[in-house]
Amino acid sequence: MSAGELEHAFREEWGAVVATLARRLGDLQAAEDAAAEAFAAAANAWRKDGVPPNPGGWLTLTAWRKAVDAHRRAGAVAVDPHVLGEVAAAAEEDEPAMEPASLGDDRLGLIFACCHPALALEVRVGMTLRYVAGLTTREIAAAFLVPEPTLAQRLVRAKRKIKEAGIRFELPARPAERLRSVRAVVYLVFNEGFAATSGDELIRGELCEEAIWLGRLLHRLLPSDAETAGLLALMLLHHSRAAARQSGGKPVPLDEQDRTRWNQALIAEGTRVLDEALARREPGSYQLQAAIAALHGQATRFEDTDWPQIALLYGSLARLDPSPVIEVNRAVAVGMADGGLAGLAVLEPVLASGALEGYSPLHAAHAALLEKAGYPERARGAWAKAAETSANPALREELLRRHEKS
Amino acid sequence: MKYALLFYSSSTAEEYAAAATAPAHAREPEGEWVKYARALKEAGVYIAGAQLTHSDTATSVRVRGEDRLITDGPFMETKEHLLGFFMIEVPDLDAALDWATRVPLMDGGTTEVRAAVSGMPWQQVLG
Repeated sequence: MSAGELEHAFREEWGAVVATLARRLGDLQAAEDAAAEAFAAAANAWRKDGVPPNPGGWLTLTAWRKAVDAHRRAGAVAVDPHVLGEVAAAAEEDEPAMEPASLGDDRLGLIFACCHPALALEVRVGMTLRYVAGLTTREIAAAFLVPEPTLAQRLVRAKRKIKEAGIRFELPARPAERLRSVRAVVYLVFNEGFAATSGDELIRGELCEEAIWLGRLLHRLLPSDAETAGLLALMLLHHSRAAARQSGGKPVPLDEQDRTRWNQALIAEGTRVLDEALARREPGSYQLQAAIAALHGQATRFEDTDWPQIALLYGSLARLDPSPVIEVNRAVAVGMADGGLAGLAVLEPVLASGALEGYSPLHAAHAALLEKAGYPERARGAWAKAAETSANPALREELLRRHEKS
Repeated sequence: MKYALLFYSSSTAEEYAAAATAPAHAREPEGEWVKYARALKEAGVYIAGAQLTHSDTATSVRVRGEDRLITDGPFMETKEHLLGFFMIEVPDLDAALDWATRVPLMDGGTTEVRAAVSGMPWQQVLG
């Protein structure tokens, strides 16, 4: 096991213990405190007596006893008597035991609580990374460029809200809406890593890997959900190009990437996960986007890309989930499949609407299509506009390079 | 858990008075609010509720030591006015949010959902 894997295994165990305790206590702060005590106790006990045969069970039971102790000491105010009843009952016992059934995987309930739409989106992201992925507040604060105390305060407030507002660590009665929020949080983490919206680093790869780890966990816990599989496939297929996407800190566009550096293992895994998802015949936006990424992954050379198929998939995506951003991508694909003028025809309404005036990829797509259609003069203006509107310094440099080249 | 569903609206006193007498709304024997109230009752979640007069007619009282200060108007002058509430008892926030979703507020209204604290000594007095 590599150091990274070991770290993840440890964090996974921590997350599982916190999840089980949170569900039984209805209180994430108390669960976190008890888990911290149990891990500290393990460090001592295991050094002396060796690692027990079921470390996870040992940690969970120890944490539960610590939580019961804390309850005895504090005589906590019963905000939610339903939940506290169980702790109170256990506090009467000498050797508080746990039902064996409760040693199962409670992490799905924890994920749903952390991603509850009653929390602000950036708070959901922070909570999920902290309590499901087990990152420290310092790591999360650094990744999202917020001061650590600010993030810590947000998490404290969120834990209090979950407890006092009655957000449960259970599977929701109507999971579809809640699951959409969970997927959106995971994908946001991935995108934050994939194309940093701020900062000078183009790929904050760790966030991509955390998101994929979360995606795998979610897929394992919900194996029959097609869109959850689609999300995992999409992230794997995008991440397969990580090594080729930049060179010396500069972004490399798709047509110039060294495709031998694409990670074939990730492409194979992503394609397999996607095929299984598509076989369920419950199409969705993540599956369609993954299918587009898979077509890119299959092309050994840029010239081999199946653009007509990609254009069709963007069309399906636009019908399912209409947005000007998707139209920009569709315009690029149509341009590659049927020529610059056809692509410009798709892009024209988006340009005319002015909805994406400050969106750099719109102007980059416009420039590339104008070039293709044989309007180099107008293309230069669009490249300049693309560079002007880009917030990412590395990307801006690349766009200026294209501007000068044209 | 007990939750308060607090109904806010940005309607003016005049608009509110007009809406209250409009045949399509609150006054109608089988109007949306009647149906909603019946649903609350039948689900066994209803505890209490009130429809308030417009905050335009509010009177505020502040006690400072021995003095009582009475002022004309609400505690806070805002565009959004609290016009009514229901107290309901449901298992969790999701269930409370579902009831909030079904509230037949007019367009532009907002329902705020707040959990109630339970088990306080004063509550034991009231039983």
